[in-house]
Amino acid sequence: MSHASLQGVTRVYPGARSVHALGPIDLQIARGEFFSVVGPSGCGKSTLLDVLAGLNAPTEGRITFEGKPVSGQVPDGIGVVFQEDASFPWLTVHDNVAFGLRRAGVATAEIARRVDYAIGFMGLRDFAQSYPAQLSGGMRQRVCIARTLVLQPRLILLDEPFGALDQQTRLLMGDEVLRLWRETGATVLLITHALDEAAMLSDRVGVMSARPGCFIDMVETGWPRERDSRIVSDTAFGAVTARLWSSLRSESLKAIGRAPAEA
Amino acid sequence: MSRAAKILWTRAAVVVGAVLSLEIVCRAGLINPLTLIPPSEMAAAMLQMLASGEINGDIAHTFLTVAMAFIAAVLVGFVVGAALHELPRMRRAVDPLLASYYAIPIFVFYPLLVAVFGLNALPLIAIGFLAAVPAMLIGTLLGLDRVPRVLRKAAKVHRLNRIETVTRVVLPAALPDLFGGIKLALAYSFIGVIAGEFILSSGGLGYGIAYAYESFENRAMYGRMLFVLLVAIITNGILYAWEARLNRRRGRA
Amino acid sequence: MTRGRYDSLIDGVVTVVVMLAAWQGLFAYAGDVAITPPFTTIAYAAALLGSETFWPHVGATLLAFVEALAISTVLGIALGLWLGLRRFAGDVAEPMLAALYTIPKVTLYPVILLLFGLNLSAKVAFGVIHGLIPIVLFTLAAVRNLPPVYRRAARALHLTPWQTVTRVLAPAVMPEIISGLRIGFAVTFLGVLIGEMFASQRGLGFLVINGINSHNVRLTTAVTMLIILFAVGANGALLAFARRRN
Repeated sequence: MSHASLQGVTRVYPGARSVHALGPIDLQIARGEFFSVVGPSGCGKSTLLDVLAGLNAPTEGRITFEGKPVSGQVPDGIGVVFQEDASFPWLTVHDNVAFGLRRAGVATAEIARRVDYAIGFMGLRDFAQSYPAQLSGGMRQRVCIARTLVLQPRLILLDEPFGALDQQTRLLMGDEVLRLWRETGATVLLITHALDEAAMLSDRVGVMSARPGCFIDMVETGWPRERDSRIVSDTAFGAVTARLWSSLRSESLKAIGRAPAEA
Repeated sequence: MSRAAKILWTRAAVVVGAVLSLEIVCRAGLINPLTLIPPSEMAAAMLQMLASGEINGDIAHTFLTVAMAFIAAVLVGFVVGAALHELPRMRRAVDPLLASYYAIPIFVFYPLLVAVFGLNALPLIAIGFLAAVPAMLIGTLLGLDRVPRVLRKAAKVHRLNRIETVTRVVLPAALPDLFGGIKLALAYSFIGVIAGEFILSSGGLGYGIAYAYESFENRAMYGRMLFVLLVAIITNGILYAWEARLNRRRGRA
Repeated sequence: MTRGRYDSLIDGVVTVVVMLAAWQGLFAYAGDVAITPPFTTIAYAAALLGSETFWPHVGATLLAFVEALAISTVLGIALGLWLGLRRFAGDVAEPMLAALYTIPKVTLYPVILLLFGLNLSAKVAFGVIHGLIPIVLFTLAAVRNLPPVYRRAARALHLTPWQTVTRVLAPAVMPEIISGLRIGFAVTFLGVLIGEMFASQRGLGFLVINGINSHNVRLTTAVTMLIILFAVGANGALLAFARRRN
């Protein structure tokens, strides 16, 4: 049984000029899989993530997580890291990370243990008593990841989490996400516009069309589980990225309003 | 010396310089002593009044009135602001009124307030309230507007219910602007009450100044004036600094 | 939900109707010792506007107001520009000006009356002490918030200093300065009105306090309504003007 699935899912925003933002989407994500979604801007990638997490209701179709339907609420066991900085500016890094646990009524000793582990794992130990405003963008995203990690989610959704970072930081953050994935054994869905990032990190990459977004290609990378950013030097890596781009190129042109020059 | 220290010293120098110049100008007889008395005499008069306790009744009257106007303004301003935030159409309709509110001379409504509430403390409290409530309302609206959407999404991901989302995410996120509204509400309720006491002769420090003026008692008048000035500057200064610290911690200018 | 074309018009009409109804209700509750109802007031106001004893008062107020506004604007913008351009001076002055603004200005009235006497210049002074500081603070903020990249871009385009000021810097700071002027306009008017309550035998403020003291409720309500209409109308016009510029 798949860990999460979407069947016939569409999302249409109603109104005088209705916007068909997404779908129809059919997708099965296997347990423990690292799955990425790439697509041109505006194709509905973020909507896909919101719908899967239960943050947004679909117009049609069904979503299930661990066999149970998703509707209205974010199910227990799903963690989300957003594109924008979602760290709470009024809390220290430590209190940010402890936020979800405190609210869930977990025992104090357990909170301290898990928070300490997460902070250490994300390399934030020196900044535990700092406020997010004193940190760089990359570090704030790490705070958000730590805050998600500490709740031990079984499915982690990442919505272009490294969009605001420079390329080098991104590559390093990619390594960290892989480490996270291996150590927690969670299923990961990553939304990104960076093809190399998707190709490098994932077991499988789904390519979305321009709006309304549907999957037009699924690429299996076949990477070993123990991998990191140095996989970019593997000869197969170039082939994967090339295939992604060839599927994506004409869709991207559509997204910026130009027709493809040739078939 | 650090820049911050230089700034503080410059400010101190400006204040001391201004007070000293005034002192010299008055003592040298360049200004009629019936018009303006030297700052040192103002301070002496003020300290004397405080020590003798003759001003205590006025202080109590003003402070109680301000306190009640302020608390009412903060509560009502917050509740109405939060309500308007959830009712965008009503907010759009009310917006032009809010934008013009400070142009209206509120004290002209005093006779109306007396007719409605009677000749007691309420009309004056109402004036302080009317002066302060728009500041809190606008601060509440601004604060709620500025809560980043992603924080509300993060609350949903943490599976917080509506009340928890408001108390643990929305309100803390809006706090700097709410505090700004509170700060302004205090300043305006103080201004409104003192103005009301002055113009409408009801008692308290404002009335004390007007009475002393009309009785040609310069020392009594300036002593009280200095006291009101110092209370305004010191209280608002403290809140201003507190607000700056709050904003700094959050990385806002 | 999308907004229809006439929605804001409908909202405006509904708001006005609600206010008129509340006014009428207030009259029903408090009686004519406190307030006159809407239509009586409008009729009385129309009569006032037609009478020839009313306009000298309007003239007196406007004279003092225009003078106070001119001084506040010129002095305020000049000071604000200087403090905005000179970082250190601006950083020193801004909290001090903000602190001065929280002083109940009414406590300064006796001093002004003693210094200027009971005449026009006292009224103008009242107006200025109300309006000056907001204009300075807004202008200061406008200049300080200018993105430094504007000046660099102007240099890259080889603009002369004069061109830089008139074609780049001035338009960039205009919106915020106009906001400051809008507030300065309203509070200067308020200051002049209050000044007329003490320092004058003429003007709209005098009419109001005179009406209160002689229990002439119709006069007070009518003049108050005219004052509010002028203040709100002028503020709205300035808002619309500012919006159109953007």
